[in-house]
Amino acid sequence: MTHVAGIDYAVMGLYSAFVLGIGVLLRRSVRTSEDFFLSGRAIPAWVTGLAFLSANLGAQEVIGMGASGAKYGIATSHFYWIGAIPAMVFIGLFMMPFYYGSRARSVPEYLKLRFDEKTRALNAVSFATMTVFSSGISLYAMGKLLHLLLGWSFDASILVAAGVVLAYIFLGGLTSAIYNEVLQFFLIVFGFAPLVFLGLRAVGGWPGLSARLATVAAANGYAPGAYTRSWAFMGHAAHNPVGVEWFGLVMGLGFVLSFGYWCTDFLVVQRAMAANSMTAARRTPLIAALPKMLFPFLVIFPGMIALVVTPPAASRAPSAQVAPAPGAAVTVTATATATAAAAAPAGVVPPKLDPRTGAPLRDARGRVVLDYDLATPMLLLNFFPAGLLGLGLTALLASFMSGMAGNVTAFNTVWTYDLYQSYVRPGAPDAHYLAMGRIATVAGIAISIAAAYVAASFNNIMDFLQLVFAFVNAPLFATFALGMFWKRATGHGAFAGLVAGTLAAAVHHGLSLPAGASVGVKGGYLGVLATFPSELAQTFWTAIVAWVTCFLVTILVSLATRPRPEAELGGLVYGLTEKPRDAVAHWYERPVALAAVVLGLTVLLNVVFF
Amino acid sequence: MKLDVRMPIGLFFVLVGALLTVYGAVTLHEPGASPTGVPIDLVWGAVLLAFGIVMVTLARRARRLGV
Repeated sequence: MTHVAGIDYAVMGLYSAFVLGIGVLLRRSVRTSEDFFLSGRAIPAWVTGLAFLSANLGAQEVIGMGASGAKYGIATSHFYWIGAIPAMVFIGLFMMPFYYGSRARSVPEYLKLRFDEKTRALNAVSFATMTVFSSGISLYAMGKLLHLLLGWSFDASILVAAGVVLAYIFLGGLTSAIYNEVLQFFLIVFGFAPLVFLGLRAVGGWPGLSARLATVAAANGYAPGAYTRSWAFMGHAAHNPVGVEWFGLVMGLGFVLSFGYWCTDFLVVQRAMAANSMTAARRTPLIAALPKMLFPFLVIFPGMIALVVTPPAASRAPSAQVAPAPGAAVTVTATATATAAAAAPAGVVPPKLDPRTGAPLRDARGRVVLDYDLATPMLLLNFFPAGLLGLGLTALLASFMSGMAGNVTAFNTVWTYDLYQSYVRPGAPDAHYLAMGRIATVAGIAISIAAAYVAASFNNIMDFLQLVFAFVNAPLFATFALGMFWKRATGHGAFAGLVAGTLAAAVHHGLSLPAGASVGVKGGYLGVLATFPSELAQTFWTAIVAWVTCFLVTILVSLATRPRPEAELGGLVYGLTEKPRDAVAHWYERPVALAAVVLGLTVLLNVVFF
Repeated sequence: MKLDVRMPIGLFFVLVGALLTVYGAVTLHEPGASPTGVPIDLVWGAVLLAFGIVMVTLARRARRLGV
């Protein structure tokens, strides 16, 4: 276990003091429920933009993307350059005018205004469930990691982190969450940038990293550039480590999952809704897209480096002893780790251990299975001296907290406005809903803690979250796209489409299985009709099936039911809404100009790493 | 807006930057302080300190101009 020095604790302590301090300072500005849930719609675009990005920077981003970087190489950047940027541009240019302009207070409320009560209720319930579950997974991952690497108590770690998040949201509401997300954004950038610098330096820069990863590619039966080129081997699923072909990637990740998440998920949309003007709201996702496109260098590179780097001789790395996962009966000693490492030289990524025997797990071909989720944290422990280690650990903590706070603030708003005010107690004074928002914050965090203890049996957090998003979010974008751009879409159509889409996702998942997986949570529970080369390929195709089903069912049922009069759809549907005018001083502040820059740079990155 | 977010962010980085710079300078020749051969605490502490000062300056300037 790594020894954490006093200086490291000092940095973590300072961070905690500042996030709590921000909550305390903002407490006085929270007077109404709109202040608490929507920040009084008074925040400038650069702040909401960084918060938009940071709310998504949870455990799945920093740990999961590092894990995927070690597992799949630079192809993980597809989660950014195909799987995020185009959708962020689309919501900024085309969808934000309806979210912000309709004055809806949440995404489910937009569905109520555009469609009907039942569509809102369905979305609100599924969304609220998903947020607390995601938040629980984030907490679990954090507790496990801190216990494994630093020997900290699992229970104490999650209770303290949850307590800090609870305090600053309880006091300052969404503004406090957003302000802290901006601090967390800078902390994550400054905490991980030196890691990439030192790591790249140790492997001989990008040429050195490419050469080392070429060896790994050859050992796994791929062409030399399979881990360092993002598109070249996407022609066939068997030719790249992701196990996906270009069509499944572009349609499943780039279109359905990406647009389903970035364009409809209230967690991120809420940040844009807090902006101080329509133009600021539209610029929010576009401003977020600029740093977002560079994040692969910050979060994926550490995973790729960790897979092949030789640890520095003087490192204080945790090779002496790794504490067992919570509940495991064994303690793994340095010998087991060293033996496993010798069997499968893999940089600083340790093997995944059997929780019962403590021996390294092996796959069907007898190769040691690596614990990819530890790729980034292990690099951190190997390369950072005392002092900087405190900054790195604080950055990790910040990512967990910002992801959790994003979920909790979205949860308390949807619960209070879309469920409590709509179905439990309508017509109460505003102070009542403000109090309910604070109670929902406490409840949401309590449920997250409970979920943390449940969410324990998944290998890669990212794959699992993508699966959840596939079931719930994949059909959603079809509903929103039709709702915003086709005035004929009806409430019955939207509801039937959503139900059918989610069911289609479950059926498709239940009838398919990734290669080498066993029937159960990975799929096949309704019988195995199709086998996919990888879990991600199955997830992407599940999403495609869900989206197409929702799209078609919504159209068919809408055509068979009575549409709402056009007069009721002003501000909610394209063609019946006045085009927004940009109140900006310079041409480059226009959302369209910003979008062109963002898209141009994204194309450039794809070309450079093709 | 009552609180300019750049102020707490700037102050945080000024403090952490100063802490790392001083710690990096004091432990410069200690074993284990620079596992990679780069005095990273010292260098990165200075970078954080500079960033913090820029943020605080921007916040103060905005306050003075009443933006």
